[in-house]
Amino acid sequence: MAPSSTVTKSRDVLGTNALRPDGAQKVQGSFEFTSDMHAENMLWGATLRSPHPYARIVSIDTSAALALSGVKCVITASDVPGKLTYGLISSDQPVFAHEFVRYMGEPVAAVAADHPETCRRALALIKVAYEVLKPLTNPEDAISGSHDPIHPDGNVIRHQRIIRGDQAATGAVVVEGEYVIGMQDQAFLGLEAALAIPDPDGLGVHLHVATQWLHEDLSQISACLGLPAEKVRLTLGGVGGAFGAREDISLQVHCCLLALKTGRPIKMQYSREESFFGHVHRHPASIFMRHHADLNGKIIKIDARFVFDGGAYTSTSPAVLINGITHTQGPYKCDNATVDGYAVRTNNPPCGAMRGFGVVQACFAHESQMDKIAAAVGKSPVEIRLINAMATGDPLITGQIMESVAPVARCITETDAIPLPPSLDVNADELELPGGSGLTSSQSNIVRGIGWGVSMKNLMYSEGFDDFATARCTLKDGVASLKFATSEVGQGFVTLAPQIARSVLGVDDVLIEPIDTEIGSAGSTSASRQTWMSGGAVDGACRLVRERLFHHVGKIHNIDPLRLVIEGTDVVDQMGTFRISVADASDGIEISETFEHHHRKTDELDEHGQGNCHTAFAFVAHRAVVDVDPDLGLVKVVQIATAQDVGRVLNPLSAIGQLEGGIAQGLGLAVMEEIVMKDGKVRNPSFTDYLLPTALDAPDVVAVMIEEYEPQAPLGAKGIGEPPCISVTPAIVAAIRNATGKAIERIPVRPQDICL
Amino acid sequence: MSTNEFYSLRVNGRTHQVQDSWIGESLLYVLRERLGLPGTKGACEQGECGSCTVLMDDAAVCSCLVMAATAIHSEIVTVEGITTETTLTDVQQNFVNEGAVQCGFCTPGLIVAVHHLLEKNPNPTELEVKEAISGNICRCTGYGRVFAAVEATIRSRNSEK
Repeated sequence: MAPSSTVTKSRDVLGTNALRPDGAQKVQGSFEFTSDMHAENMLWGATLRSPHPYARIVSIDTSAALALSGVKCVITASDVPGKLTYGLISSDQPVFAHEFVRYMGEPVAAVAADHPETCRRALALIKVAYEVLKPLTNPEDAISGSHDPIHPDGNVIRHQRIIRGDQAATGAVVVEGEYVIGMQDQAFLGLEAALAIPDPDGLGVHLHVATQWLHEDLSQISACLGLPAEKVRLTLGGVGGAFGAREDISLQVHCCLLALKTGRPIKMQYSREESFFGHVHRHPASIFMRHHADLNGKIIKIDARFVFDGGAYTSTSPAVLINGITHTQGPYKCDNATVDGYAVRTNNPPCGAMRGFGVVQACFAHESQMDKIAAAVGKSPVEIRLINAMATGDPLITGQIMESVAPVARCITETDAIPLPPSLDVNADELELPGGSGLTSSQSNIVRGIGWGVSMKNLMYSEGFDDFATARCTLKDGVASLKFATSEVGQGFVTLAPQIARSVLGVDDVLIEPIDTEIGSAGSTSASRQTWMSGGAVDGACRLVRERLFHHVGKIHNIDPLRLVIEGTDVVDQMGTFRISVADASDGIEISETFEHHHRKTDELDEHGQGNCHTAFAFVAHRAVVDVDPDLGLVKVVQIATAQDVGRVLNPLSAIGQLEGGIAQGLGLAVMEEIVMKDGKVRNPSFTDYLLPTALDAPDVVAVMIEEYEPQAPLGAKGIGEPPCISVTPAIVAAIRNATGKAIERIPVRPQDICL
Repeated sequence: MSTNEFYSLRVNGRTHQVQDSWIGESLLYVLRERLGLPGTKGACEQGECGSCTVLMDDAAVCSCLVMAATAIHSEIVTVEGITTETTLTDVQQNFVNEGAVQCGFCTPGLIVAVHHLLEKNPNPTELEVKEAISGNICRCTGYGRVFAAVEATIRSRNSEK
């Protein structure tokens, strides 16, 4: 099973560069990803998908596929025994399309067969007759009502306003823009995969799956299977990245259905093309913003309108919308605001969670606006941001008071203090020029630009969701075992959890038990929340165990347990001379405690968008330096300087990895990555046509971690996963504007946006 | 699937019999599904991401683009064959030490690519390193820690001379 191993490296406590316990397996190729799993007598599963963005299903004929040698079963909507739909927030997405297909790539049927190639041939033999309908692809048509509802729940998924302060407030300076954000793909490397093993009695199933949230999957899967939850067990298979794309159901239900129907283990694994259709993407969005400011550049009022294209089904669109509009102001003070936000349903691919979750879109708009204010009042990008920088205690446009540590000004000044890179070497290799290996830029054409982006990001879930995490710690003979359902997707919770146990309990050896649904939920590995939430749960469980260990030692040695502390790997009487190693103290006993960590309660927004809807926030500043060939429209990102508010660094090596990785994804959105749509059809579902940053595209990253202990966080540490990818995108675009003078309001920036 | 092809492949210094194979199977599929060598990963099927990198007659290739049946006369090395030792190579250890591994899905391909690079060019410039691994997509790390791992390996190899 994937993430389970004994860690014997000593004293890798909190704050050290503890190494990944799965690192050796991963570099040797012996780590078991879900796609590496096999079972005796296993069959392969595959999915038939709609070629049309919108069509009525007239008929489905599976007989030819069933007749193919090697095919064991074919299933469609009529084979779903339980609930016909699923969904994270609204259960509006069919397990298999029935009556209508509402996006290109929607599942229509699935097959089980003896070989992946047999599956492919069987899918080709399923005859589906469609009556093709005119797709709804323009989000504005969903709002205006000019297109008939494409789903019984209507074409507007959610509408929310924020009305704050003086609605008539105006400023001497008014700047505005209409910003467009393209559809980004998470593009994790490890494709969707699962192995479903039916129980011998055929009445239950065990699913090994690469997911972000085992318990949420469990409840959605069991409902669709028509099975009680205890008949469905989930174990986390090795996960090859996630970034939001594994929060929704993809192949889980299909795989279990095929296993229950055939009575044999089923392995399903998407191809890269299928993956582009099989998971939700980052919402494309149109954002209008108008800022009123005084002559000094201080923000007086913001008017904004957000339209998020949710695609065919709800997924997490309502929450993405709220994240977007509640971050309209960014990390800046603002007393007056009028914001109107829509998440709408279209026949485009469903969109949902991706790293940054609605804030990426908002940030591109508000940071572009900040530069416009700066230009209008004659200030520098740094000055304008410092003038408006938010601080702890400031009210947000939702009326919520910023209670988190908010070192916004420090993020900006510390980023500003990072030295700029040297100018482009006259003898620079072609590979270092915009366009890279294309060898198309010439030195004489290249212009350098500098740009800024600063962001605020909410941590954990919002709007009243009781977002808790569970962990169990068992201490026996000097070894701590940790049990949780926290998805390890690459972020490093399997490194952090043992660090916590070593710090709290004074143990060296920490075992991580299999990550599965045999314990309470840990919530999702998303929203920059697991260090805070599951970290808090592991910390809490270890503290409970420690308390019992002290009582045990105190009783045996006749010492008041309140006098005992952990020092290194010993239990020590801090008012005397008694000392015993934790290993000896726990010899022959077993202490086990389970802890649930809940963060403070949040509220829903009222009709005016007012309410304490978020839990906590983190901040970051990015400064980008780019080289641009204005004639060819090519961009090379030279350097990203950043200072990030992290609360406290728990593992410097893991932390820098999150910052650099997030920056690369934000760079992708700035200048490379877009799922190109035409009439509801995806035009580039492959790594040949959807371009990702390579080693040659990676900028030099110079990072500063701003450590101001966050008292609300169990370990003093904020989540650090999402902030790195948020404001780096507008910083890069600002740098391109700075180099070219072009008023670019769309991401990703394409060559034609620069050179035409 | 009618599967009746028989051939043998030389992988990691051993001769493996491939039985009952469909002739269209890629080298990647045969390594993973027939020879019990799942260390090599598939992530794009188009030779774009490098996750499936193996050495074929001492050239780094994307095994997803090679038909297994055409590799019958070649010496193939996968991540499992990078070392015969039970301990990690310096490259592998530095990947772990320098934080170059997160989800780890791209890692086997990168390990093969970096070993191959340093064998051909023991002292690559920073740019040569970037170019050599630019065919290996990593979505987690942003490459910074990967560069650090390669640099650490070059440094330690040079100091041992």
